Amino acid sequence: MSKSAEGEKQQKAFGWAATDESGTLSPFHFSRRENGDEDVTLKILYCGVCHSDLHNLTNEWGFTSYPVVPGHEIVGVATKVGKNVTKFKAGDQVGVGVMVGSCKTCECCQQDLENYCSQMIFTYNSHNPDGTKNYGGYSDMIVVDQRYVLRFPDNLPLDAGAPLLCAGITVYSPMKYYGMTEAGKHLGVAGLGGLGHVAVKIAKAFGLKVTVISSSPQKESEAINRLGADSFLASSDPAKMKSAIGSMDYIIDTVSAVHPLFPLLSLLKVNGKLVTLGLPNKPLELPVFPLVSGRKLVGGSDFGGMKETQEMLDFCAKHNIAADIELIRIDEINTAMERLARSDVRYRFVIDVADSLSQ
Amino acid sequence: MTGLSEEVRPNKAFGWAAIDTSGVLSPFKFSTRGTGEKDVAFKVLYCGICHSDLHMIKNDWGTSIYPLVPGHEVVGEVTEVGSKVQKLKVGDRVGVGCMVGSCHSCDNCTNNLENYCPEMIFTYGAKYYDGTVTYGGYSNTMVVDEHFVVGIPENLPLDAAAPLLCAGITVYSPLRFYGLDKPGLHVGVVGLGGLGHLAVKFAKAMGTKVTVISTSPSKQKEALENLGADSFLVSREQDQLRAAIGTFDGIVDTVSAQHPLLPLLGLLKSHGKLVVLGIPEKPLELPAFPLIQGRKLLGGSMIGGMKETQEMIDFAAEHGIKADTEVIAMDYVNAAMDRLLKGDVKYRFVIDIGNTLKSIS
Repeated sequence: MSKSAEGEKQQKAFGWAATDESGTLSPFHFSRRENGDEDVTLKILYCGVCHSDLHNLTNEWGFTSYPVVPGHEIVGVATKVGKNVTKFKAGDQVGVGVMVGSCKTCECCQQDLENYCSQMIFTYNSHNPDGTKNYGGYSDMIVVDQRYVLRFPDNLPLDAGAPLLCAGITVYSPMKYYGMTEAGKHLGVAGLGGLGHVAVKIAKAFGLKVTVISSSPQKESEAINRLGADSFLASSDPAKMKSAIGSMDYIIDTVSAVHPLFPLLSLLKVNGKLVTLGLPNKPLELPVFPLVSGRKLVGGSDFGGMKETQEMLDFCAKHNIAADIELIRIDEINTAMERLARSDVRYRFVIDVADSLSQ
Repeated sequence: MTGLSEEVRPNKAFGWAAIDTSGVLSPFKFSTRGTGEKDVAFKVLYCGICHSDLHMIKNDWGTSIYPLVPGHEVVGEVTEVGSKVQKLKVGDRVGVGCMVGSCHSCDNCTNNLENYCPEMIFTYGAKYYDGTVTYGGYSNTMVVDEHFVVGIPENLPLDAAAPLLCAGITVYSPLRFYGLDKPGLHVGVVGLGGLGHLAVKFAKAMGTKVTVISTSPSKQKEALENLGADSFLVSREQDQLRAAIGTFDGIVDTVSAQHPLLPLLGLLKSHGKLVVLGIPEKPLELPAFPLIQGRKLLGGSMIGGMKETQEMIDFAAEHGIKADTEVIAMDYVNAAMDRLLKGDVKYRFVIDIGNTLKSIS
């Protein structure tokens, strides 16, 4: 039961929330602010299920504030726009990703890097400066400042396009930042899940040669025949890993569990770059010798700024890139979370909010 | 069984070698190849003692071939050049660093990155093309392919120039590569030893603001007054660390002991870079959150290619950058190694080979 906001007018909202570390979701009534001058109100149609949602639900990272309504791959229709809103009008197809606020004045914000602003506000499990709490996209509607709303391209499917709002930008941004877009170069994608499968598609669109690196040999056929990867490397096969030593220009590591970095670093050529995107709750083991002897680097990246997220959506629309999804009803969410924990999904669950969320 | 290979080549030479993992060095007679058409032969005048020498004499890395004549911060005077040598002539002041050979044909070699060539040959303790073992600069004479010899400008004193050949290039190369060489950037240097003190000097000469990050408060005066650092941070002081969070554009980490990366990552601004140069024995713990939330990166670097090494020497000459050295006699070398193990040197021992390496009858 949410507290009503201090002094702010509130409107009713409805979604599914977890109330404790069991992470079990159930129907939940709460409130959101009224649509302000800078705001866009969305009726939510679809919401992707990101692995971060699972991390947050069970308080794996230790900073979950219950009750929590997850969901930061939100696609919907604008139903109302504030009087200062120029980019959107009612009826537009729009999206909301990982953030809903930032300071707007710091160097990062001025450089379209709102995601690195020290006062960046996450879409859910966060608080606004006025103390009100934010709830995510496993709900019927959301009110967001126009700066953090994206125009959803016409030719992108609403359901399969939803995961681009987190998974898509999370792999697109580091590819640009770390210079991993030179056609003909060899990119390894470690982990074939929500992030990994989108990384393969985007990398192919950049003209890269792509090898999927996975501990699940049964994913090989999928990786090559369906996703378009050029080759597949079974990380549990020492002989195959050995033969691939020093063969990759870059690696995008999407694995969310703690895992050894040494085998991945070995796959890189001299001056190779490894970008790590997974957020395990324990540190990774970093052998320094391969970094020194091969001038290799390990870098991080955290989703992306608003301008780049729009750029990514437009890029995906142009190249017909969307996620491979399994559409579920909201009442199937707990089973979906259990399956996600076992990586049993190809490759993102997306909640059909409009058709299944009813009070 | 070391065999007779030490004496089979045409030119007699002598130096000091370690003969087993005790690492104790003693006089040693050997031979060098004749001066081939691309070779430069030179009389060794000084040789710096690098911490790697200490690791190698004790076989810490498991790769040492005994007898081992260390030394890869070598300076001297040319005595003979081969017929195809173009850049150098007899009498020139020259230096040799960590490598004496590479394949010359791979991508790395063609991009002046011989140091990353998979067939790169180390100056000492490695197999050369003719099957012999290379011997380093703790010796009276060396014969090296011209490609791996740099010229040392007149205004750089040879003894203070020697450590530039490994320590100097090891810090210069990553400052350039990782873009930490722009005036106005704030660069941290972790560890104030052979590498660290030169990192401060090079970074200052490049126009950056430099903070030394050290566990020893006693080094503060040195760092600020002698080396020219702008500020000093005691990394064990939580208050100082907290106040400096998110203020560094880059950090050059020269520490080879196990140490936590989390505080260093916290010191970086977003998009900051942590360069690691020391190689700890065990892997370090890398917390993913700070790397990801600030789009930070952690990269390594190892010495530098020959073109860049010459560039670094010329830069040092132009800016008056010299290593801070303690010049020692050859027969002090074992005591020096003991002191180096304890970090008891400001900041590099340099062996006065020319004056104190006595020939062995």
